[in-house]
Amino acid sequence: MNRKSKINVRDFVFHNKVVLMFLVLCVGATIASKQPLTFVIPELFTRIARNSFIVLSLIIPVIAGMGLNFGIVIGAMAAQVAIFLTTYWGLTGVGGFAATVALSTPIAVFFGFLVGRLFNYMKGNEMIGGLVLGYFAEGLYQLLFLFIFGGVIKLHNTNLMIPTGIGVKNTIDLKDTVKYALDTVPMLTIVEVGFYLVLIVLVCSTAFKLVKKQEINWKSVVMKAVAAAVIYGLTFIKPVEQFLSADRLLLLSAVEIGCLLTVLWQAFLFIRWKVQARRADEDTIEEPFNMQKAVAYVVLAAVVYGLTYIPTLFNVLIAVKLPVMTYLCIGALCGFNNILMRTRLGQNMRTVGQSRTVANAAGINVDKTRVIAMIFSTVLASWGQLIFLQNVGTLSTYGAHTQVGQFAIAALLVGGASVQNATNKQALLGIVLFHTLFIVSPLAGKELFGDPVIGEYFRVFVSYGVIAMSLAMHAWKKASKPKVEGEGSAEAA
Amino acid sequence: MEKAKETYVLKMDNIAKEYYGNRVLKGVNLHIRPGEIHALMGENGAGKSTLMNILFGMPVIHTTGGYEGSIEVNGSPVNIDTPLKAMELGIGMVHQEFMLIPGFTVTENIKVGREKTMPNLVSRLFGPSMESLDLKAMRRDARKALKTIGLQIEEYVKVAGLPVGYMQFIEIARELDKTGIQILVFDEPTAVLTESEAERLLEAMRVISSQGIAIIFITHRLDEVMAVADSMTILRDGEFVARKEIKDTNVVEIAELMIGRKMEKLVDNSSKDTRTIDDSQIAVSLRNYRVNMPGERVKGIDLDIKKGEIFGIGGLAGQGKLGIPNGIMGLYKAEGQVKINGRELNLAKLGDALDHKVAFVSEDRRGVGLLLDESIEENIIFSAMQTNGKFLKKIGWMRLYDGAAGKSHAEDMVKTLDIRCTGIRQPAGALSGGNQQKVCLARALTLEPDILFVSEPTRGIDIGAKKLVLEYLAKLNREQGMTVIIVSSELMELRSVADRIGIVSDGKLACILKPDDSDADFGLAMSGAWKGERKDA
Repeated sequence: MNRKSKINVRDFVFHNKVVLMFLVLCVGATIASKQPLTFVIPELFTRIARNSFIVLSLIIPVIAGMGLNFGIVIGAMAAQVAIFLTTYWGLTGVGGFAATVALSTPIAVFFGFLVGRLFNYMKGNEMIGGLVLGYFAEGLYQLLFLFIFGGVIKLHNTNLMIPTGIGVKNTIDLKDTVKYALDTVPMLTIVEVGFYLVLIVLVCSTAFKLVKKQEINWKSVVMKAVAAAVIYGLTFIKPVEQFLSADRLLLLSAVEIGCLLTVLWQAFLFIRWKVQARRADEDTIEEPFNMQKAVAYVVLAAVVYGLTYIPTLFNVLIAVKLPVMTYLCIGALCGFNNILMRTRLGQNMRTVGQSRTVANAAGINVDKTRVIAMIFSTVLASWGQLIFLQNVGTLSTYGAHTQVGQFAIAALLVGGASVQNATNKQALLGIVLFHTLFIVSPLAGKELFGDPVIGEYFRVFVSYGVIAMSLAMHAWKKASKPKVEGEGSAEAA
Repeated sequence: MEKAKETYVLKMDNIAKEYYGNRVLKGVNLHIRPGEIHALMGENGAGKSTLMNILFGMPVIHTTGGYEGSIEVNGSPVNIDTPLKAMELGIGMVHQEFMLIPGFTVTENIKVGREKTMPNLVSRLFGPSMESLDLKAMRRDARKALKTIGLQIEEYVKVAGLPVGYMQFIEIARELDKTGIQILVFDEPTAVLTESEAERLLEAMRVISSQGIAIIFITHRLDEVMAVADSMTILRDGEFVARKEIKDTNVVEIAELMIGRKMEKLVDNSSKDTRTIDDSQIAVSLRNYRVNMPGERVKGIDLDIKKGEIFGIGGLAGQGKLGIPNGIMGLYKAEGQVKINGRELNLAKLGDALDHKVAFVSEDRRGVGLLLDESIEENIIFSAMQTNGKFLKKIGWMRLYDGAAGKSHAEDMVKTLDIRCTGIRQPAGALSGGNQQKVCLARALTLEPDILFVSEPTRGIDIGAKKLVLEYLAKLNREQGMTVIIVSSELMELRSVADRIGIVSDGKLACILKPDDSDADFGLAMSGAWKGERKDA
């Protein structure tokens, strides 16, 4: 027993060696930087909001067996073309941002389609292909921004164009247009819009079913409508309204709400289980209620809530203000990644990712599935780049996209993902670790060696090093695979 | 009654197929009745897999000019040009190498590509590919299919780590789950199974056929055919030999039909046999010899090969005959006791066999045998240079390649073996198969071995080159007293050149036969139906 657990620990360390190594590095560098947590943590949350979306856009191609999509650079370019145009047209605020998203989407779909088609000609070499394609697209991008804008398409705007009128300026200020457009959507608006959306969806789907003469579960429709109305109704209560009228959420409040929701959710599960147990039929027993797990969750929530009373933590928690809408978008994308995998398309992607031969034999159109995965990834990457740009507030016309792919992929890998396997959790963990290191390593370099350049050097070194190491380990694993299989079947025989 | 007998679910008539001018099928018929188990038999290369590829409309058939002949399913002529079409016609296949995804659950594997789905709001907007999976219904279907074949397994476990036998059953369950399945092809299903698993599989086949699904059962094992099949078709060298009802035939007759061909002398034995083979002098001695070569596993062989003889090792593909030389040369992990001329061989040390003056011509010419981009000269020289330190000259502390010696030796070899080339500088990869084989042989001979293992010496080479290679092997044996061990799938060539032939079946030595033993004996030994005592010729 003892020995077994020892082996498990060793296995755990071995399988998570990348994550653990970075955890140690992060903690070490944070201590060495001598920066207070009240500086590091808020900075970190800003970067999580900025970068998560684009990292999460990498997951679908990994599942579809196309490896790490270096082609997201092209999605970022689509976003920048769109944001340049909407800036030129003078669209501002949330509306301007929505217009930018709407404009960048078809461009990204088109680019994603092309990339996907190309990748189908180089199956197994998508990563190097994507990397080189990024450099190639860079040329076309520069042609567009340096010559076609102004040279072919006449644009008259002295703020955006360089004085000769041909070519776009190096940096574009987004301060007066879409800066913080998404970050500053008030919670009240979110709830309001959410309420109307739920109503519209309910009406539409009921109407659809009526037209098609399908069975309608009236009870569930009414329940959903009432639940939405109740939540919307709550916003008319003064204190709630005041709380929600802000556009940022204190991390402290977020933690408190999180704890509360955990407890409520477990209570809901418990009640549902009780009700279902009374009319036991076979299908509902498939997911039995796990009492131990529920208790553990409740206790965990209580402990976390208790921790907020520790002064140092409290100081950190009240220092961080979360942009609610941005975090909701990130959460929605996590949800989307999960839900997609429960559809026919998602299942096809998984099959194609696991074995193209089997997929082919099962009648799945492998090439089409891969193109769709690529389109998804490119579109999501372009949205991710828009979220990044609206938060940063300036567009570095010729530089903003260059390292997008590399940094996003490094972050994903740091979280423990591999070329064949990536999850939302790994992406988020990777962002936290990678960006902590990004924040503290120049400072740690300055403290330790008296020179921030060494820290800077270190973080660039780390991002390339992580990618190289992970790819090498992947190749190594792949090479040793047939041997393992042979041994396995020898035992079976 | 008479009419019922004549209805066939599948009728393939006069099927012929040519690959680049090479006729691999010459007018084959295959008739299957509904609900029967029909065995399709024949040696490797008899044309079974080509026939099945035609039945499934595989791209490999249609990119090489299609086929001749007609196919009827349920009495109406069909043109099967894609695997999808075959699927729609209700033809399913249980593959030899499993088409399963280890990371998926049993349910997911059974329903792959045919998932049960429910429409949702998004799917109404974007089409059926966005429909969400109905896991409950999928599980129900999987359970039902598993129950049909009597496999007790939870449908939610992952396939990775399941025993091989289970995987086979999951494959079958997947095919059964397809609606309207009429014909199910089992491609050597028992090759990877243990005995008890194989028995369960045969039982499952009976159950399936009793539900009216016809089964085409491709196998080499005669006892299994006798146990389950109702009728059988025998192919030989792409020709249709016979269609028999099992009840009208017997094991010996089948074995003869499979092997039966007139003995052609491949080798002119005009030179007199002046060898004296001493029974007490053993060149190669194997005791409890095992090799872990994937697909060609050797599972415990005891064998003595006498000094100065030509020993043939035969058997069907996948039975382990190729594992024997590969294990001795250290290319795959091997265990047991191997003695070369009385001295024990260290199997763990790569190259130890070479030090014992054993040379090997690999069956994998392009992979292991040759450096394709290097010249003929270098291919002939390099092993001897590495192992024996030949063709080297010493200048001070350096040891350099002795170009003159190497060149003259290579030219010598090209002449003796009649290697057709533009010169010894030609890259080996540019040569034809037969000439590549001769280069491999030349390299092995340059090592000046006592014992020469030649694996599939005539694979993929034309009849003229075949004859020359075999004659040269015989000549080496006669004139230099070299012990030659030929491993080959072609029984005919073994029977024309070897002194004794060991037949390997299921990783073990079935028996040792004389070249002039009857066809039936060879057929039985190769099909794993050798009932007699181990016979030492």
